[in-house]
Amino acid sequence: MAAVVFEELQVAPRRRAWRRLVRRGGAMFGLAVVALFVLIALAAPWLAPQDPVATSWSAVRAAPSAAHPFGADELGRDVLSRIIWGARASLLAGVVSVSISLALGVPIGMLAGYIGRWVDALISRLTDAMLACPFLILAIALAAFLGPSLTNAMIAIGISATPIFIRLTRAQVLSAKAEDYVEAARALGNPHWRIALRHILPNIVAPLIVQATLAIAAAVIAEASLSFLGLGQQPPAPSWGSMLNTARNYVDQAPWMAIWPGLSIFLLVLSFNLLGDGLRDALDPRHK
Amino acid sequence: MLNFLLRRLATLVPTLLLVSILIFGLQQLLPGDPAIALAGEDRDPNVVAFLRAKFHLDEPLPVRYWYWLSGVLHGDLGDSVRIQKPVSELIAEKLPVTLQLAAMAILIALVIGITAGVVSAVKKDTWLDYAANVFALWGLSTPNFWLGILLILLFAVRLGWLPASGYVSPFEDLKANLAAMIMPAFVLGNAFAAVLMRHTRSAMLQVLSSDYVRTARAKGLDERVVILKHALRNALIPVITLGALGLGELLGGAVLTEQVFTIPGFGKLIVDAVFNRDYSVVQGVVLFTATVYITLNLIADLAYFLVNPRLRH
Repeated sequence: MAAVVFEELQVAPRRRAWRRLVRRGGAMFGLAVVALFVLIALAAPWLAPQDPVATSWSAVRAAPSAAHPFGADELGRDVLSRIIWGARASLLAGVVSVSISLALGVPIGMLAGYIGRWVDALISRLTDAMLACPFLILAIALAAFLGPSLTNAMIAIGISATPIFIRLTRAQVLSAKAEDYVEAARALGNPHWRIALRHILPNIVAPLIVQATLAIAAAVIAEASLSFLGLGQQPPAPSWGSMLNTARNYVDQAPWMAIWPGLSIFLLVLSFNLLGDGLRDALDPRHK
Repeated sequence: MLNFLLRRLATLVPTLLLVSILIFGLQQLLPGDPAIALAGEDRDPNVVAFLRAKFHLDEPLPVRYWYWLSGVLHGDLGDSVRIQKPVSELIAEKLPVTLQLAAMAILIALVIGITAGVVSAVKKDTWLDYAANVFALWGLSTPNFWLGILLILLFAVRLGWLPASGYVSPFEDLKANLAAMIMPAFVLGNAFAAVLMRHTRSAMLQVLSSDYVRTARAKGLDERVVILKHALRNALIPVITLGALGLGELLGGAVLTEQVFTIPGFGKLIVDAVFNRDYSVVQGVVLFTATVYITLNLIADLAYFLVNPRLRH
C-alpha cells in the first residue's frame, strides 16, 4: 500500500490525472467516439461515398440500400455522405465557438478576479446581465442580427457562452490569489502580469479544461439548434441540424432522413459530456 | 428577511438596465443603415423615413437608447414591421400558449426528475441508480428537436395516437388541446427532468448521510417516512435554486419545441420574426424572456428563504 502511494506521488500530476481518466470507462468511451468523429471529419473527402451536394432525381427519398446505406434525402442526396461532411460543421462549431468563449472569457475573468474593485464590479454586473438572457435565446438573437451563416452562428454561440467562462475564471483567480505561492511570487517582486500569467493561470487551467469540454457539448447542440432553425450552416452545405429541419417534413415517408443526423448529434454530444464528467473526476479528486 | 429582499431587489435594477443596453446594442450589429435593415425586404422609402424619425436615428447613440428605454418602461416595445402590431400585444397574444407548454413541461420534469433522483440516491450503486444516471445523460445529450421528431414518428405517424402538430385552444376543446400538447411538453420537460434528477440525487445523498436521518432511523421510523418526510423535504431546498437556473434552458428549449410541433407560442414568434427581419419583435421577446427569467430566479431565492427555517432568523 505504502509503495503504491509512493509511486503515485512520484509521477507528475498530469500523468496521475491521465491514469485516473483511463480508469473511467465512460470517459474513455467518450474520448474514443470524439476521436472517431474527428477522424471522420478530417477524412471526409475520402470517406464519403458520394458528393454530399450532388442531387439525383432517381434517388429522391430512396430507402436505405447498398447504393445509399443511410438512404437518400428529398433531393436524392446520399444521407451517409452528408452525415460524414456534416461532422465537419458540428465539430468546427463546437471547437471554434468554445475557443471564442475562452479567448474572451479567460482574460476578462482574470482582470475581474485579479484587479478587483470597480473593474470587478463592472465586469460582474455585465456578466450577470448576459446570464440573464437564456443561452439559446441570446444566441438566436445574436445570430439573427449578425445574419444567418455558420461563421456567425459560431460567433453568436461563442459570445453567449462567454459569461460562464468569465465567472469561472474570476472565481478561480480569487481563490488562487489567496494562496501562499502567489504571496511568495509577489514578495519576490514579480510584476503583476507575470504573477497573473505565469503563476495563477497554470494553476486554474484544470477547471477551465473541464468546463471547456462540457461547453463544446453545449455548443454542438446549439449549432445544431441554430441550423435547425435556419440560422446556422446554409443549404446546400451539409449540417446535421439543417438535415433534421428538412427531415421534419418527410418524417412519414423517409424516417431515415431524421434518424441518422439526430443520432450523430446525440452521440457526439454524449461523448463530450462523458469526457467532461470524466475529466472533472480525474482533475479534481476532491469532487465526488 | 426584509433586508435580504431589499438587497436582492436592488441588484435587480442595474442588471435589468444592463440587459436593456445589451439588447438595444444588438441593433448596432446590423450591417449598414439600421433604418433600411429594419424596413424589411421592400425598403419602401416612406417606411425608411418613418423609421428614421421613429427611432431618432439621426441622434447620437445614448440619446436613441434613452428614447427606446423610456418607451420600454412605458410598456412600448416598438412595433412589428411585418404584422403592423405593437410588440407587447404580440407577446401578450402568444404568451398563454408558451406558459401552458412550460407549465406542463415543468410538471412532467418535476415528477420524473425528483422521483428518479430519490430512487437513485436511495438505491445508490444498484442497477436502478445506474439506469437513472443513464437517463440523465440521455436527457442532457439529446437535442430536443430530434426527440420531438422521433416521438412524432412513433406516436403520430406509426401508431396514430396523437396529432403530429397543430394547436387547439384549451377553451375550445380541452381534450384536443391536451392531446396536442402532451408530446411537446414531454420533449421540453425531458432535459429539465435530467437536470433535476442530478441535483436531487446529489442533495439526497448528502442529506441521507446526515446525523438527523440516522437518528430518525435509530428511532425505528418507517424507512418510507424517513426518506419522504425527513430527507426529501430538506434535500429539495437546494434543488429549488438550482432548478430555477435550469429554467433558462427550458425557455430556450421552448423555441425549438414550438418549431417542431408548430405551436404558435412566443418561441415561434421569435423565429418568425428572425426570418421576417422583424427586429423589434426579436428585441422585445429577448427582453421579455430575460425579465421573466430574472423574476423567476428572484422568486426561487425567496422560496429558498421561506422553506428553509434556518435562514429565517
